[in-house]
Amino acid sequence: MRFIFKTNYGQDINLAKHGGHIFWYSGLMALLLAAPWVFPEYWLAQLTFVLIYSVAGLGLMLLAGFTGLFSLGHAAFLGVGAYTQAVMTNAGVPFPIALVCAAGLSAAVGFVVGLPALRVKGIYLGIATLSFGFIVEEVLARWESVTGGNAGIHIKKPDIFGWVLETGDQFYFLCLVITVLATLGILNLLRSPTGRAFVAIRDSEISAQSMGIHLAYYKTLSFALSAGLAGIAGALYAHKLQFISPDQFNILQSIDLLLMIVVGGVGSVHGAFLGAIFLITMPQAIALFKDYLPAAVGQAPGLQGLIYGLVLIAFVLFEPMGLYGRWLKIRTYLQMFPFYRKGMFKRQKSFQKSDRLK
Amino acid sequence: MMDDLLLSAKNLSVRFGGVLAVNNVSFDVKQGEVFTLIGPNGAGKTTVFNLISRIYTPTTGEITYLGPQGMIKLTDQPPQNVASLGIARTFQNIELFEHASVLHNLLIGRHTHRTTSLWQDIFFTAAVRETELKAREKAEEVIDFLGLQHHRDSFVAGLPYGVRKVVEMARALCTEPKLLLLDEPSSGLNVEETDDMAFWIQDIKNELGITVLMVEHDMSLVSKVSDRVLAMNQGEMLAMGTPREVQSDPGVIEAYLGSVDDVSSLRRSTAVQGTSAEAA
Repeated sequence: MRFIFKTNYGQDINLAKHGGHIFWYSGLMALLLAAPWVFPEYWLAQLTFVLIYSVAGLGLMLLAGFTGLFSLGHAAFLGVGAYTQAVMTNAGVPFPIALVCAAGLSAAVGFVVGLPALRVKGIYLGIATLSFGFIVEEVLARWESVTGGNAGIHIKKPDIFGWVLETGDQFYFLCLVITVLATLGILNLLRSPTGRAFVAIRDSEISAQSMGIHLAYYKTLSFALSAGLAGIAGALYAHKLQFISPDQFNILQSIDLLLMIVVGGVGSVHGAFLGAIFLITMPQAIALFKDYLPAAVGQAPGLQGLIYGLVLIAFVLFEPMGLYGRWLKIRTYLQMFPFYRKGMFKRQKSFQKSDRLK
Repeated sequence: MMDDLLLSAKNLSVRFGGVLAVNNVSFDVKQGEVFTLIGPNGAGKTTVFNLISRIYTPTTGEITYLGPQGMIKLTDQPPQNVASLGIARTFQNIELFEHASVLHNLLIGRHTHRTTSLWQDIFFTAAVRETELKAREKAEEVIDFLGLQHHRDSFVAGLPYGVRKVVEMARALCTEPKLLLLDEPSSGLNVEETDDMAFWIQDIKNELGITVLMVEHDMSLVSKVSDRVLAMNQGEMLAMGTPREVQSDPGVIEAYLGSVDDVSSLRRSTAVQGTSAEAA
């Protein structure tokens, strides 16, 4: 059991709360920096995807987990970012400028989509964002002069002012730097007044308003930031795949993103990463597992969808706080051994309020 | 007397469809007093609160308020500006940020005092750290004032009802208000907690110099802390005056207990019967 002796208020503000944080996160960072020499090429590519999805997950987590606004069309922001990056890179714009444009355009679209969020909540917002997702997919498929339509579009290697990133290792480091920056940005935001305003809106709009929080401003801001991060992830995604087509940004992708944060743990930054690891490793695990199943089951189409569905239902039923919630429980168990009680994480149910269509 | 006026409601009326929730209500709140609204359920007390905190807009009438830049028309202000004008409120059914710690809730109360921009927040510059430390100091003052030290890091979702009531008041105090609106501060509290609440309301008035406007049903609390009381019924004003005056007002007695004829047989003291008969 660790007791933190607090002697000044700064300790509650710092990102690393104690020596353990510094030790473990430094270790993680060292592992990630050494990854190109430790992991074989295939797994490094998977790790790159984990980082890319983490960035998108951070964005969606900010929106759904911390502001309480759901988006069923988040793949559309990914698509806007990816296509902006593809078109600009192919036109010869250097990577950093294209990336800023991809994030900016995506954020601008997010701002527009955020406007209905000022009026509708819960499931209705889900429907509004869902239909927005379909619109974007359709635009990407029909606007052939720019996007190349359903035939898709190839994208050149990232070019940072003349320094072209040819290898997977180099691109991995690029993704790592962007992911670390995005994570620090989100963590900073969450410990500042802006992040607290988001949390306030999530838990009670009416009292957030009477605390002086401008609901319209913060809701659209949350949408814009979330979409901006999805745009950055989309840009990296386009470079990683080197070929994009509209069907990569359809409703299944949106559901994957939502699945990712729910499985990871809604309302925690860790959840975005754990969810991304789940989302990337799961298909591999299913592929490995398939060989041991009878052919009638193992080769059946839709096996992955079935397993994803079962996993999602299991999480919602048994571990609503996701993988991160499970980790918290394990950690508490180890810290308090042997005094851990089963009900420690049970919250009393509140019967005072209706569910407010959350 | 006019120069110490803090808030003034003139001829307020609100109509929801066919229901006239508040009908032609006028009252003044002076600086440094505890002003209480009483009345049976559905009298329109909370609606008056919601008018002041701009959740509703009055159908007719207006509210003026002494803001930082002199007298302003409160009814023209958008709802999110009310807090920065120095009006903080609590809610009847507790509207805390449940999945956050008590400290986090109090820091949200400091929102109107934020000075940093979004980009400063994202990079967490030295200026942000400085304002965060200041906000924390203010929050700690409120924690000391209301004795919430033990609950500082607990999640609101795990706190008992009585403590939540106090946390909500603490959050309102964190905004450094000039006028504090308390919607039934003692509802759901036991006798001891209600006594504590009475002390705190007196301290808020005397030590912090904050004007308090509250809705309350517990008449012992009302008569202990209030300077003036306004009784309402069915959206209309019944009586206004000191707690004692209002309690003995025949119209108020009728609103609470029914008409005098109904209850006269229940009275034991003949003296009271005499005054009731006059009212009838």
